[in-house]
Amino acid sequence: MAATQQTVDAVRDVEKYKYGWETNIESDMAPKGLSEDIVRFISAKKEEPEWMLDWRLKAYRLWLTQEDQEPDWAKLKYPKIDYQDSYYYASPNLGDAPKSLDEVDPKLLETYEKLGIPLREQEMLAGVAVDAVFDSVSVATTYKKKLNELGVIFCPMSEAIKEHPELVQKYLGSVVPYSDNFFATLNCAVFTDGSFVYIPKGLRCPMELSTYFRINEKNTGQFERTLIIADEGSYVSYLEGCTAPQRDENQLHAAVVELVVLDDAEIKYSTVQNWYPGDEDGKGGIYNFVTKRAACRGKNSKVMWTQVETGSAITWKYPSCILQGDNSSGEFYSVAITNNRQQADTGTKMIHLGKNTRSKIIAKGISAGRSNSTYRGLVRIQPKAEGARNFTQCDSLLIGNQCGAHTVPYIESRNPTAQTEHEATTSKISDEQMFYCQQRGMNPEEAISLIVNGFCKEVLQTLPMEFAVEAQKLVGISLEGSVG
Amino acid sequence: MSLIEIKDLHVSVDGKEILKGIDLNMDGGEIHAIMGPNGTGKSTLSYVLAGKDGYEITQGSVLFDGKNLLDMEADERARAGVFLAFQYPMEIPGVATATFLKTALNAKRREQGLDEIDAMDFLNLIKSKTKELEIPYEMIKRPLNVGFSGGEKKRAEVLQMSLLEPRFAILDETDSGLDIDALKVVSDGVNALRSPDRAFLIITHYQRLLSYIVPDHVHVLVGGRIVESGDKTLAELLEAEGYARFEESEAA
Ligand SMILES: Nc1ncnc2c1ncn2[C@@H]1O[C@H](COP(=O)(O)OP(=O)(O)O)[C@@H](O)[C@H]1O
Ligand SMILES: [Mg+2]
Repeated sequence: MAATQQTVDAVRDVEKYKYGWETNIESDMAPKGLSEDIVRFISAKKEEPEWMLDWRLKAYRLWLTQEDQEPDWAKLKYPKIDYQDSYYYASPNLGDAPKSLDEVDPKLLETYEKLGIPLREQEMLAGVAVDAVFDSVSVATTYKKKLNELGVIFCPMSEAIKEHPELVQKYLGSVVPYSDNFFATLNCAVFTDGSFVYIPKGLRCPMELSTYFRINEKNTGQFERTLIIADEGSYVSYLEGCTAPQRDENQLHAAVVELVVLDDAEIKYSTVQNWYPGDEDGKGGIYNFVTKRAACRGKNSKVMWTQVETGSAITWKYPSCILQGDNSSGEFYSVAITNNRQQADTGTKMIHLGKNTRSKIIAKGISAGRSNSTYRGLVRIQPKAEGARNFTQCDSLLIGNQCGAHTVPYIESRNPTAQTEHEATTSKISDEQMFYCQQRGMNPEEAISLIVNGFCKEVLQTLPMEFAVEAQKLVGISLEGSVG
Repeated sequence: MSLIEIKDLHVSVDGKEILKGIDLNMDGGEIHAIMGPNGTGKSTLSYVLAGKDGYEITQGSVLFDGKNLLDMEADERARAGVFLAFQYPMEIPGVATATFLKTALNAKRREQGLDEIDAMDFLNLIKSKTKELEIPYEMIKRPLNVGFSGGEKKRAEVLQMSLLEPRFAILDETDSGLDIDALKVVSDGVNALRSPDRAFLIITHYQRLLSYIVPDHVHVLVGGRIVESGDKTLAELLEAEGYARFEESEAA
């Protein structure tokens, strides 16, 4: 059997999705479907102030007028989504909100343990603060006290709306306005929770902040909303990881993440996305339509997006940077792995507004099985962006003969002093490389994992250490098959 | 029973017969050399023994330690102790040489029911091996074979061999591209591995290497057949006379 064929078989076989079980907890659910009443229901459940409800309703009414304007420019194929066929609110039935971990339902903790999330005391030593989002409600926030003492606010979005309305009102929707795009508008109307982070002036946040999102309830769309503000001279590293149980039907996930970076501040935002990708025939899996954007508002501000995307049936995601402050910089590091029937259309937008703004894009796409992966990127240099620089590198790696990789880079420069560089490569894992590795005793799966990890090393290296190790394993798992 | 028994091996590529009946027995402790002009099937033989795809075995058999080698996948053969030092080693971009070596070593250890090697033990092992082979330690941090010079690639192959301690090692023109100093170091590395339960098949078309690694048997491969076998003096004779007389008889 030719090594390529073997490789194809290795990746075509049913992926054993490690996280495919569900937790049985009575859900507090809104009726199925989407209407103004549902929006009001969510807002009421969350005990939100009037201004928040008004904002949601404004978004919902806009969305209604756009219902037929779902974006179709991405290289993605999927049946029309029936937005009335989903639940928009599900909360694990907790009674009153837990005040400490001890009050949290042990079943939930078990769930998190299976996911490997360090929630418990002893694991706090690992230096990770976790804001866990279980379906729509944050159930536990660790480290809160210590962070509070430093002036850091790290809490569920629903809490921030009540406790820190001035910050939320000032910044929510300031990076991704409610009218931004179809999915973002939907998110504004029905988002249920997410994380809120504020890092005060001059503080280097001493620990990684981390949120694990998990979709548990059947037919539940998950719409988180995350907002991170790094005040002048501050720094924070934030990690988001996601898994969802295995289900036959598709589930919608439409999140919005906004980052605000002021003078001399820096945000490092890392994502490891491992939503259920569907089975080998493309049945089930998450539809992941996400809007992520950072506003580098201040001078010398900096944003670094790193994403490792191995899951979801459909990925539509373009973490972007608006480089407004002079000397601000944006970096985008991405690994997107698609296998079986997965489809990913992902990339970034770098909008250069300020002087001497810099951006760097390193995108690695790995396609296997019958999957399709597209890098879509935009680098726009506005007239006032004197001396702006961009470097873009897109590399695609193909495994087998039935997958596809596409690169769609747009570069628009409106300032003659700007410099942009673009490099792109497409390669295949060769039979010779496979044979070489196998001759050294590695089985085909091990060989693929090693080669693919080598291919995306530059990106994985930008992840915080403990997550880099996890991501490396994930790279192997997501390409795993059952070669004998 | 010999360690390796090759019987009447016929191999075709794309319908064209390349090996036309090879018979060769090798015992543990022995070094066999195969010499021959370019394009006669030396590398083909090494690939077939190592289990590369794309070769059709039309006739014959190969036993390794009494087992049917041709039934095993390439990685199984490797873990059973077959090692090929490639004529043209592959580049593995982004994978540090050390990472590659460790993965290979652990694959073998797993087969033997051993735990993964401890990080410190591995480091020490690599340090001593690189020193023996006069390989700069820095080299193992570079991606395997990427940007390596011809000589560095060959040394890296011998480093892997020395680390994996195979029972049957095939060296395919490991001497090509080596200057005389490197040749000596590489030969010392091979000689250090000589042992009663290990056999070597050394493929070369220069006698030069064989004055450092002294073979027990020398075979001349021309036109897909072993046309003559002898001891090390045969290599010297070939060096002086070339392959002309075999090629004439082949054509006849
Ligand atoms: N994969 C292949 N496809 C087609 N022909 C091949 C292939 N491999 C080897 N050959 C042919 O087989 C013959 C022997 O090649 P090889 O074994 O590389 O010789 P050597 O190593 O003795 O120089 C040559 O004629 C070569 O062109
Ligand atoms: Mg050859």
